[in-house]
Amino acid sequence: MTDAALDTVGAAEPRQGRSLWDDAWARLRANKAAMASLFFLAAMAIACIAGPWLVPHTYTTIYGDYVRTPPSLSAYPKADMVETALAEAVKRMRVDIKEWRQDGDRVFVTVESGREVDERNVRYLDRSDTFGDAKVESKSDDGRTMVLSASIKQQYFLLGTDNVGRDLLSRTLMAGRISLAIGLLAGVTAVVIGVIYGATAGFIGGRTDEVMMRIVDVLYSLPFIFFVIMLVVFFGRNFVLMFLAVGAVLWLDMARIVRGQALSIRRQEYIQAAEALGVTRSGILIRHVVPNLLGPVVIYMTLLVPQVIILESFLSFLGLGVQEPMTSWGVLISAGAKNIGSANWLLLFPAIFLVSTLLALNFVGDGLRDALDPRDR
Amino acid sequence: MVMYVLRRLLTAIPTLFVVVTLAFFLIRIAPGGPFNQERGLSPEIRANIEAQFGLDDPLWLQYVNYLNNLAHGNFGPSYNLPDFTVGELFATGLPISVQLGAMALTLALLVGGMLGIVAALKQNRWEDYAVIATATAGSTIPTFVIAPIIQLVFGLIWNLLPIGGWNDGAWPNKVGPVLTLALPQIAIVARLMRGSMIEALRAHHIRTARALGLSDWSVIVKHALRGAVLPIVSYAGPAAAALLTGSVIVETIFAIPGVGRYFVEAALNRDYTLVMGTVVVIAIFTIVFNLIVDILYAVVDPRVRYD
Repeated sequence: MTDAALDTVGAAEPRQGRSLWDDAWARLRANKAAMASLFFLAAMAIACIAGPWLVPHTYTTIYGDYVRTPPSLSAYPKADMVETALAEAVKRMRVDIKEWRQDGDRVFVTVESGREVDERNVRYLDRSDTFGDAKVESKSDDGRTMVLSASIKQQYFLLGTDNVGRDLLSRTLMAGRISLAIGLLAGVTAVVIGVIYGATAGFIGGRTDEVMMRIVDVLYSLPFIFFVIMLVVFFGRNFVLMFLAVGAVLWLDMARIVRGQALSIRRQEYIQAAEALGVTRSGILIRHVVPNLLGPVVIYMTLLVPQVIILESFLSFLGLGVQEPMTSWGVLISAGAKNIGSANWLLLFPAIFLVSTLLALNFVGDGLRDALDPRDR
Repeated sequence: MVMYVLRRLLTAIPTLFVVVTLAFFLIRIAPGGPFNQERGLSPEIRANIEAQFGLDDPLWLQYVNYLNNLAHGNFGPSYNLPDFTVGELFATGLPISVQLGAMALTLALLVGGMLGIVAALKQNRWEDYAVIATATAGSTIPTFVIAPIIQLVFGLIWNLLPIGGWNDGAWPNKVGPVLTLALPQIAIVARLMRGSMIEALRAHHIRTARALGLSDWSVIVKHALRGAVLPIVSYAGPAAAALLTGSVIVETIFAIPGVGRYFVEAALNRDYTLVMGTVVVIAIFTIVFNLIVDILYAVVDPRVRYD
């Protein structure tokens, strides 16, 4: 058949068949759980990337007046907290409170002392996390009593604060950034190594394949956690390096999957047909092998990311992962687990963020598997 | 059969050898040593201590000595817990970990199996969806989230269980750890059971059995379950090995004096002998349970023959 003949056949049938990916996408769109999870993940990613800039507190700011404050939708300070904070600030001035009153969003406090009261003392009110814009209203003639005023700073801690008084919302979002970034980073590392290794073994085959897979078997037989701890020991606390290393451990499954896939694809008839038609080796690889390998790789990757996030959390839980003041969901959950008696929101909110992300990733992975599985089409 | 078991145990020796060798040299390559962290230790004293444990010998000699000791069942002294040998640490800790793991495994197989069967029989009805939802949640939520939530709910809010501790194995102290260990396993077993049961119920011999008028009970338990249980058997082997050798998370959170926490601690402290001991114990458990799985396979499926 000449090329011209092929062209006329093509022109007679302008209708385009759906490709594997169009088909998979259509099937994925029909899967409500997977689509909802996809949107949820997108929202979570946006929240974690943009969130830390939008929340009025940074994840490292320590509010001494708000240690372990319960979550609340209304602004702090609450009515009874003003007096405590005021007493705390005035105590630092080494003077006594004679009387105080609240007028709107300003407090007026009369202080007295045995000696003359220094006007610079007013800065102690400014230093407090509760008050701002403090000034001296009036001063008695002998200087021993003084009326100070300050405005009350309204602060929102939607998820409460932690043990040292840091806003949990900004910390949780920051932690999400780290956890998601680590999940992707290690996931991609594992996939790249696994695909290259597995595809090489599967394509070369024979003795090379035998040796390469025996190496994988031996690595499998060592306890996984031993490996990870060894890597932590080697790479220290540098988390980028460490998670490249963790990714380098997780490639074993990927390598096996890709090898099996490569072996079976190599024997498919369409590969033989392509070879018979004289398609070059690289042409076969790019046009036929890679697209067919991609399905399982994509599925495995979506299931790998939650695994990595769990692993990172696990390491952080043991104190081997991300170090303070940087944080991750595992670090927060670990801190929360130590304070369940006194401040259970420290456990609950990070746990909700982590678990919902993991669930969504799993739903997307399952959805992709169903969408890309050619058997039940 | 006996020959088969013996042959399998013999072939396990090279595997064990490779694992031990790899672990031995990997932990030695790691920077630092067991006595480096101690403050105020003058170099002379440290050299003396290291000499006492034979750490100043050339590495190959240490390796040969270690293998020799291991072959005689001697795991050596622990470097960081100097009053104990590694063998003694395992003798006290392992029974506790094994006990908790065995209870969790039994619970997981019973409950997970039951849930899976129910889901398969009621496929695409609410019972099925409930099981799938539970299984998804159970296999997604990590243990370090489950454990503190169990502590919070049962220990602090309802005041039913102690928050942690072993208390010489009093049963209320075991509930939390066993539940935490079992929940993810229940989820996985239920999923596997559901899948394989659905498959098994479609088989021809089941249709025949039904056509012959056998009761539902008899069809499910005697005929379908036999084939459906195979994936569970092959899953339960490695799972049992992992469960029985202790979980660092569960033992840390519930303050259980098992062996699970030794691994991490020992690796961080470069307690070489303790790390090696843990690796060996885990490897032995894995080998033994894989063997048990293969034997059970032959028992469940008479088509499998080992001779």
